[in-house]
Amino acid sequence: MRPKQRNRLILAIVIVLFVAISAVLALTALQENINLFYSPTMIANGEAPQGRLFRAGGMVSDGSVQRDPESLEISFKLNDEVNEILVKYTGILPDLFREGQGIVVQGKLAPDGAVMATEVLAKHDENYMPPEVEHALETAKKMGVANAGKE
Amino acid sequence: MSIIPNWLYQLSSPKNFYRFAGIASNWCGWIALFLLVVGLYYGLVNSPPDYQQGDSARIMYIHVPAAWMSMFVYMVMAGSAAVGMIWRIKASSAFANASAPVGAMFTALALATGMLWGKPMWGTYWVWDARLTSELILLFLYLGYMALQSAIDDRDTAARATAILALVGMVNITIIHYSVEWWNTLHQGATVTKLDKPSIHLSMLIPLLVMAMAFKFYYLSNALRRARCELLERERDKLWVRELVGENNSE
Repeated sequence: MRPKQRNRLILAIVIVLFVAISAVLALTALQENINLFYSPTMIANGEAPQGRLFRAGGMVSDGSVQRDPESLEISFKLNDEVNEILVKYTGILPDLFREGQGIVVQGKLAPDGAVMATEVLAKHDENYMPPEVEHALETAKKMGVANAGKE
Repeated sequence: MSIIPNWLYQLSSPKNFYRFAGIASNWCGWIALFLLVVGLYYGLVNSPPDYQQGDSARIMYIHVPAAWMSMFVYMVMAGSAAVGMIWRIKASSAFANASAPVGAMFTALALATGMLWGKPMWGTYWVWDARLTSELILLFLYLGYMALQSAIDDRDTAARATAILALVGMVNITIIHYSVEWWNTLHQGATVTKLDKPSIHLSMLIPLLVMAMAFKFYYLSNALRRARCELLERERDKLWVRELVGENNSE
């Protein structure tokens, strides 16, 4: 390699390293702000802002969904397996909304600690499988539970 | 001492590259067409619907390969631009320039199909989470690369400037890939490109990979063709181009 080419190679490596390091520093500094949502635990610790819009995310707790038969009002609980928060929402829910589903809501914190949501978004997981496979997995899981109960 | 093998060194001359690219681009084009037909048939007709999302999940056979390609093309473009800058290889710079529009197209396709998929599943077309935002920045990087390249008249200066821009943008590729792990995002985590076993059923993984290969061959075919055009234009005063044009005229 000729010296000139070596210099340009070094220049290229220096640029990449320099940018990578500055990106790491900048992103570490911004860590909190890049998160799309607050988890129920973060909200329980009082990290969520009061009186302004923020997003909360978690799993819809089993058996917590309550619909008002007269209107589109709905309330449910979000959990992250440690803490739970109550969410109230009026409107149409996305297709994937169901118990056990990961959900992101946008709203304000009410004085009683509930989140008054203005928008509900569904998060889907990274698993893709045919319905039959899911059915088989469910059956296997139930049988496993039943067997465990017998022992 | 040279770290470049001899055959590669010969290929790097514009004349040889022009000939090689012509043949390779045709082959890649036909392979891409074949894989595209097979992949689309298996993806849209012959693969099962998803357990949660039903038939809507089929858009992933376009969305996921397009998103992979948007990052793959960028890495090839940055590498090729860097080689072109360091060793002053015209064919390499030309290939980098040719990659930019193809990469921008794949990025736009990934964003558009992602939005169409997001509306029914997430409940929104767009959300400013880390994955979506960094992918949008990637589109701007491609557009910036093309703008910078066409703004500088002197080709050697342009090659140097664009190579530096491309290298600086490399950091965004890492951010896109890890955005779903480092931060809370609405976009789900990686399904296939992770160290664990892919969390997708084989009957859906195969058409996905076939589509990914189809897109790769399409990229090669398209970019090689564009690189040929650029080389012809760049070398229009050189003997080999004149001979080439002369040959065609006398026929």
